[in-house]
Amino acid sequence: MATVKLSFSPAPVHVRTARLVGVAVARRAGVREELLDEVRLAIGEACTRAVALHRQYGLADPVLVEMSDGGSYAVRVVDRAPIEAGIGLTALPPDELANESLTDEALTTGVGFALLAGFVEDLQVRPVDEGIGTEVRMVWPVGR
Amino acid sequence: MELSLATRTVGEHTVLEVGGEVDVYTAPRLRERLLELIDGGARHVVVDLGRVDFLDSTGLGVLVGALKRLRSTSGSFALVCDKEPLLKIFRITALDQVFPLHPTVDAAISADSAGAGA
Repeated sequence: MATVKLSFSPAPVHVRTARLVGVAVARRAGVREELLDEVRLAIGEACTRAVALHRQYGLADPVLVEMSDGGSYAVRVVDRAPIEAGIGLTALPPDELANESLTDEALTTGVGFALLAGFVEDLQVRPVDEGIGTEVRMVWPVGR
Repeated sequence: MELSLATRTVGEHTVLEVGGEVDVYTAPRLRERLLELIDGGARHVVVDLGRVDFLDSTGLGVLVGALKRLRSTSGSFALVCDKEPLLKIFRITALDQVFPLHPTVDAAISADSAGAGA
């Protein structure tokens, strides 16, 4: 089982790097070509969410992305923000999306979660096993 | 690919052509440009996503922000998009029910002009 780990300081500019690496490892692992756009988007959303949480809580800790290809392609994106911030994500219903009172942050979070849930069939959001933080775990089949 | 932004005017419509990647890093530039246009008096804005090859939740948030702002000034906002991967993003987030989406700039402008005249 090959594992690639990437850790980056919580700045928006690095999210693109995480997407590029995530897709490169997915391709190498044998994820079907037609799934790669979804892999790219989902890894980007999970990292964007982690960066936003670190910035919201003033955390300089790096965001961790771990990619492994043991039978399937699994990606973990780990943040270090307090758990209550990370759990309880919900997608927003259409009539609320353009609601005037909805803040930009709430909208982006809701839309981001809708994208994760919509593009990743095997998705888990759960507290990390040790310490503070949340892990977003996404798994895709490999076509070998 | 980096974000590219180009503006042109077609009659009463301001068309913003967006290219490249719209994500958490580049979306603030898109927001800034849309605000400049709206604050500068643009009331009917069409954003052409034809050359966008990546769009995430932050970019979608910026587009919703522009839609809300134009609605509050009796303006209009429409998107041009005919790429299936991007259209899927709008469907999954239900934003296809929020934005007028058109396959071409011409279609967006005619639909908007017909709506405004009705």
